[in-house]
Amino acid sequence: MEYHWDFGAVFRHSELLIEGAKSTFRLAGMAMLIAIPLGLASALLRLTRLPVLSWVAVLYTDLFRTSPSIVLIYWFFFAFPLIVGIDFSTFTAVSLALGLQTGAYMSEVFRGGIHSIKPGQWQAAKALGMGVVPALRYVILPQAIRRMIPVFFTRLTELFKTTSLAAAISYAEIVQMASRTASETFRPIETFTVVALFFFVVIFTASQAVRFAERRFAVPE
Amino acid sequence: MDEVLRVENLHKHFGALHVLRGIDLAVRKSETIVIIGASGSGKSTLLRCLNFLEMPNEGRITMEGKLVGRETRKPGVMSYSTRELNALRARVGMVFQQFNLFPHMTVEGNVMIGPMKLRGMSEAAARKLAEENLQRVGILEKAKEYPARLSGGQQQRVAIARALAMEPSMMLFDEATSALDPELVGEVLLSMRRLSDEGMTMLVVTHELGFAYNVADRVIFIENGQVHEEGTPQEVLLNPKQERTREFLRSHTLFRLPEAAS
Amino acid sequence: MGHEWDFAFLLEQRQFILRGLMGTLYLSLTCIGAGVALGLVFATARLSSFAPLRLIGTCYVEFFRNIPALVQIFWCYFALPILTGMQPSVFIAAATAISLYAGAYLTEILRSGIQSIEMGQWEAARAMGFGYFGQMRYVVLPQALRNVVPPLTNQIMEIVKTTTVASTIAYGEILYSAKLLSDQEFRPIETYTAVGLFFIVALTLLSFASNLLERRLRCYG
Repeated sequence: MEYHWDFGAVFRHSELLIEGAKSTFRLAGMAMLIAIPLGLASALLRLTRLPVLSWVAVLYTDLFRTSPSIVLIYWFFFAFPLIVGIDFSTFTAVSLALGLQTGAYMSEVFRGGIHSIKPGQWQAAKALGMGVVPALRYVILPQAIRRMIPVFFTRLTELFKTTSLAAAISYAEIVQMASRTASETFRPIETFTVVALFFFVVIFTASQAVRFAERRFAVPE
Repeated sequence: MDEVLRVENLHKHFGALHVLRGIDLAVRKSETIVIIGASGSGKSTLLRCLNFLEMPNEGRITMEGKLVGRETRKPGVMSYSTRELNALRARVGMVFQQFNLFPHMTVEGNVMIGPMKLRGMSEAAARKLAEENLQRVGILEKAKEYPARLSGGQQQRVAIARALAMEPSMMLFDEATSALDPELVGEVLLSMRRLSDEGMTMLVVTHELGFAYNVADRVIFIENGQVHEEGTPQEVLLNPKQERTREFLRSHTLFRLPEAAS
Repeated sequence: MGHEWDFAFLLEQRQFILRGLMGTLYLSLTCIGAGVALGLVFATARLSSFAPLRLIGTCYVEFFRNIPALVQIFWCYFALPILTGMQPSVFIAAATAISLYAGAYLTEILRSGIQSIEMGQWEAARAMGFGYFGQMRYVVLPQALRNVVPPLTNQIMEIVKTTTVASTIAYGEILYSAKLLSDQEFRPIETYTAVGLFFIVALTLLSFASNLLERRLRCYG
């Protein structure tokens, strides 16, 4: 390979990339803030099986899971503002798009977790005299949550990766900053390699931590 | 030479466990040999070494007059080539305790796949061969069914037909009836007996001592990875010379000696 | 909400839209094919008894799964050409990146499928004289694939969704066409809504088809 690698150039221009990294975390965080309550609400609505409300939840989850993330981002940035007559910042648009989409995935995670608990557990709780809320609190949710952790975490990493699509509407997260840095340093290879490594290191480290936590808190079954 | 198989000083280790400790065996054409022994004695391992599903650690195996593999510098230790082993396996049929039929193919398909893909037969020729062999084990009417719809005994007979379709020079039966409900054992043993009568060279590992007594030309008792006693069924089953053989047979209380020796 | 919805112009532009659809189809099929091929190769590597091969397989999966598709596409389009001296077309860059990305997920799916096949099946095929490829081709893979129809279809749907990311390097799939159209006609709402609807409908149909397939395969046992 004739190419002369020079990562120094990238590190000299690192302020842009660091800003980008911070924005990536900020975006992911905001989206999660929207997604978790939304996902919970949707899961509970589906569990109640009330006629109209649960159908709304089903529509929501199916709609947002079959739409590609970048299409949602474009829609929330270009189309939605025109419909409601408000201007959105890129941050708001992406947060909404990814928050709603991740909420749909979370809804399925929560539903799956609760369904995975054998009916026998509910019956035992009832037999002890617990109502629905105490049963959920002391028996069902503690078990369900442990089961949900792997899938929950997978969704989280997917969200983290998907924030990169905000670059398509020029939101200044890390990939967007990488494009800028690459044109300033004329070194796209090193720049994008650094960005790739950023994602890899963050996600890989977090996944090892989760695996460790899982093993430590595992419930023998 | 009508010797189909000769085994000399076969050894097999599984890690620290020395399962086969020097087995010697000779099988002549059309012989039916029944191998009996306690669990863990090594009888299944012996069978699986003969078609190299397990690789022997030491010892020489000669199939149809030809030595299998090549001698290495270490005495008794052989090296084998994949091609040679695959070719050998196509000439040795095996019937498993768990049948292992291919669930995604019909009964017919199971019997046809070997001849078609390994012996280069056309689909029509393979189908005819399959029908003949399914007829041989009495199960032709189920040809178009999927294995899941058959009883255990029927599945095992299909497995036998599948092995026969490769036109092997020798058949290995690894506890072929042990996984069957008692009432289904008979039909499989009957097929095996017919095969033996037709002159197939067979090595049968089994607990069915009645089969051993009535069908075997020779019975071999394996104990602790070695041939402990060997002889005709009358010799080994009725008048065992070794104490351990007697002990083993005594524990099989279902085996009753024929009342009037004819 | 003073906006008037008018989808009529989409009909006029149907030639253009059709070309975009073809772009999506072409890229999707290529990446599905290449992804499955990669998945088979690396699944076999991960299941090999030879430790270095297993390591290579694991590295491939971890590396390409933890880096966003957009970053991989940018890397293939902007960074790789400098190393190789050849500038790939947008199609080749996108196809390479998405295939490698999807291949990582497919490796895990196929691996679990192959592992679910019991030893007896391998042994029966081996005892008949089939070599490794014969065992895989006639006995193991047909069953393994049947066993993983749900996650396999999910991954195929993800691949179709990921092709939209190729719009960022101006590959002419449906989203890129929509963007051009929207900019030209000043109608972001209708265009992006139409794209969203396309994916929702297409993927829902695909999901139904997969359920039907799964049910039919169950009859064969």
